[in-house]
Amino acid sequence: MTSPAEADTEVVPPARRPRPRRGVSLRDAGPPIALVVLFGVFAALSPGFRTVSNVQNVLDAAAVLAVVACGISFVLMTGSIDLSAPGIMGASAITVALLVANNRNDNDLGLVGIVVAVGLAAALGCLSGLALVLLKVPSFMATLGVSAVGLGVATLLFAGVQPNVTDPLLEGWAVERFAGLAHLTWIALACVLVAWAVQRYTRLGRYAFAIGGAEEVLALSGVRVAPYKVAVFTLAGAFYGLAGVMVTSQLGAGLVQAGKGYDFAAITAAVVGGTLLTGGRGGILHSTVGVLLVTVLTNGLVQVGVSPYWQGGVQGLIVVAAVAAAVIPQRRRNQVTK
Amino acid sequence: MTTNLQTEPVPPAPAAPPALEVRGLVKHYPGVKALDGVDLVVRQNEVLGLAGENGAGKSTLLKALVGLVRPDAGEIWVRGERVRLRSVVDAANHGIGMVFQEQSLVPNLTAAENIVLGSEGPGVRTGIYRWSTMRRLAQEQLDKIGSHIDPLARTDSLSFADRQMVEIAKVLRIEERTSHPPVIILDEPTSVLESQEIETLFTQVRRLREFASVVFVSHRLDEVLDVCDRVAVLRGGRSVGEVSADAEPADLHRMMIGSTGSDDHYHEGVAVRSDEPRRPRLEVRGLCGPSFRDVDLDVHAGEIVGIVGVHGSGREDLCRALFGAEPTTAGEVVLDGARLDLSGTRAACAAGIGYVPAERKTEGMVGPMSVADNMTLTKQAARCTGPIVRPGKQATLVDTWIERLRIRTPHRGTAIQRLSGGNQQKVVLARWLVAGDVRLLLLDHPTRGLDIGARSEVYRLMRELAATGVATVLLADSLEEAIGMSDRIVVMSDGRATAQIAAPAGAKPTPLDLVKEMV
Repeated sequence: MTSPAEADTEVVPPARRPRPRRGVSLRDAGPPIALVVLFGVFAALSPGFRTVSNVQNVLDAAAVLAVVACGISFVLMTGSIDLSAPGIMGASAITVALLVANNRNDNDLGLVGIVVAVGLAAALGCLSGLALVLLKVPSFMATLGVSAVGLGVATLLFAGVQPNVTDPLLEGWAVERFAGLAHLTWIALACVLVAWAVQRYTRLGRYAFAIGGAEEVLALSGVRVAPYKVAVFTLAGAFYGLAGVMVTSQLGAGLVQAGKGYDFAAITAAVVGGTLLTGGRGGILHSTVGVLLVTVLTNGLVQVGVSPYWQGGVQGLIVVAAVAAAVIPQRRRNQVTK
Repeated sequence: MTTNLQTEPVPPAPAAPPALEVRGLVKHYPGVKALDGVDLVVRQNEVLGLAGENGAGKSTLLKALVGLVRPDAGEIWVRGERVRLRSVVDAANHGIGMVFQEQSLVPNLTAAENIVLGSEGPGVRTGIYRWSTMRRLAQEQLDKIGSHIDPLARTDSLSFADRQMVEIAKVLRIEERTSHPPVIILDEPTSVLESQEIETLFTQVRRLREFASVVFVSHRLDEVLDVCDRVAVLRGGRSVGEVSADAEPADLHRMMIGSTGSDDHYHEGVAVRSDEPRRPRLEVRGLCGPSFRDVDLDVHAGEIVGIVGVHGSGREDLCRALFGAEPTTAGEVVLDGARLDLSGTRAACAAGIGYVPAERKTEGMVGPMSVADNMTLTKQAARCTGPIVRPGKQATLVDTWIERLRIRTPHRGTAIQRLSGGNQQKVVLARWLVAGDVRLLLLDHPTRGLDIGARSEVYRLMRELAATGVATVLLADSLEEAIGMSDRIVVMSDGRATAQIAAPAGAKPTPLDLVKEMV
């Protein structure tokens, strides 16, 4: 995987001319360094941690979170926030479970079912975006509402009986391995690469970045910002949808609660990786490093014998500490924080 | 030069119509007439200066020219064709582009992206970036102005001067939209530049004149006269005339401020004078902060001291630092013989310092709250009414001050945002007076955005407070105001207090005396 350090250099080789400062700031370099250090510490402390199979476990465990983080990173880049992951993931998890071969009905749509579920998720994401730009609902509230809508849709479809998946394709994703890693993990890697390419090489990605940097400048340049915001939320919804499908594959069943906790976990990962909540900084690779950091931490704490009951609290402390560290350079007197 | 005369009634133009013409432009804002019938002609291939004091209507006019403000009346003609500009894009399609005063680049994008932003053309196909094309497009623009900036450098890694080049390169993109020579508006382009960079900019402006018309706005009159072919002057939302490039800055300034009439606009008649030497109420010694160094400053009781300086002189930060709102690194401040704790605003309030911030709407008042609550917002005022707001006591106190300051409000319970700017400002001032122990007032642009009548009221109030012995530090909105109101003027430049000029009533310095010290 490319390191986030490379995210700040451009792809086209520049001419032979004195170049202005384009180095990597500590804020960009920090998370990867922290990842290496953390990995080293756990490897030294725990023989169980440093086995090949455990490293595979860590990567497999990071897969779903990485896909959610891809989606949320685009939203955070624009300076908005997205809390809709649990609802959208729940809706897509139940939908896919009911569309592929399952024990509740005679559907057997296979890959088409997966595409439909992701499409539904994208539509829910689009709804957040529309509420934001048309009704001017703050993203915080809009996405919280859409999350509730998603959970509502999921609950309706669930109808009290859990759909167990018998589709070989979907089941295979979780169990079959390639080069030691589950197919799900490879899917997650593909998502990261696609998201990175979108961030780097598409107008959508660059404008998302610019919206977080200085939205008014875009407007003054004659760019209509609203469609890009809607597109960003739609794209994020699609990623959550795929993540919901992945959870269904792991569990072998569609659950309303498939996405529980992923909103906070993904925001944690993105922030720990160096994506600013105020927008305009960080990106996909930053968030991916954040995902690995969080996953290594979770796994490592278990390996060195810390009670799993401690983990939730520890994760919460880490996100607050990471945000505090990220805003240190911008702190000033009488700053208003809301 | 191509002309475009086929539409509408033919204008009364000879062979080449002006690149841009404004006729009788009017724009009202609630309580203020920002533009009151402005006429302006920009000829082809000329650099036209636009001068006027703060509030003369310059920025409103410029915004109207790029479609950001819809005028209430009046016409805009481009090359002999009447146009309606509804947006920046509209203006660009007619060949009008503006380099905005506050830098309008996206800091976290590359220079190339900023240059082509909003009109990427072949740089983006079906939503996919072509970085090499993007780079080439930007390079073409940078070549036009002979700049050697790396198009793929992140904008926030460039110097201010380079960013300005990027902005000019960006605004020249409008050449792609129209076959006519463009009109480029530069709004205060020199305010963030060093003198050497300014020279480069001027070279650039003269180069632009070869293929475009330029409107150049600056507060520095010598600059305007240096680079422009002619200078149009606005005052109070009207065009009051123009001067040619060989005019003296003094002539230009006289035109900007109008006849300094005999009416006592600044209430100098009531100014108090006391000649007995005594210890200053405020003594600042060697104060260093974020954008100022080694500042010494004395203010006596009853004295109004104006601090003047160009953008970046550090005077705003100094003012805030005295109130404990900006960190200081060295030096000390003594108020009435007691060393002042600068660690925060609480200590400053407790010591009897009042601060009226420049941003009234965001820092000076709580818009939806009532006049009464805004007036008694400070801890000191709260002491007068007790920890639990006793409506009766608060009402008596507030009503007294509404009457004393002649605040026009329907009721003390009216939301402050419904008052006019002048009355809002009086409430903000009253906040420091209700506790009755204010010793030093720091006024940061107290008349910003106020019309002449309201300004005069604020001036009267300042005089009355000075008469009661309050020491005042004033960051004035204009040089004229600084001269009119101050007993003494301190000039700041590059973070240092570089000169002191006495300004007693009857022996006032001229603006040029100050400008000489400022640059």
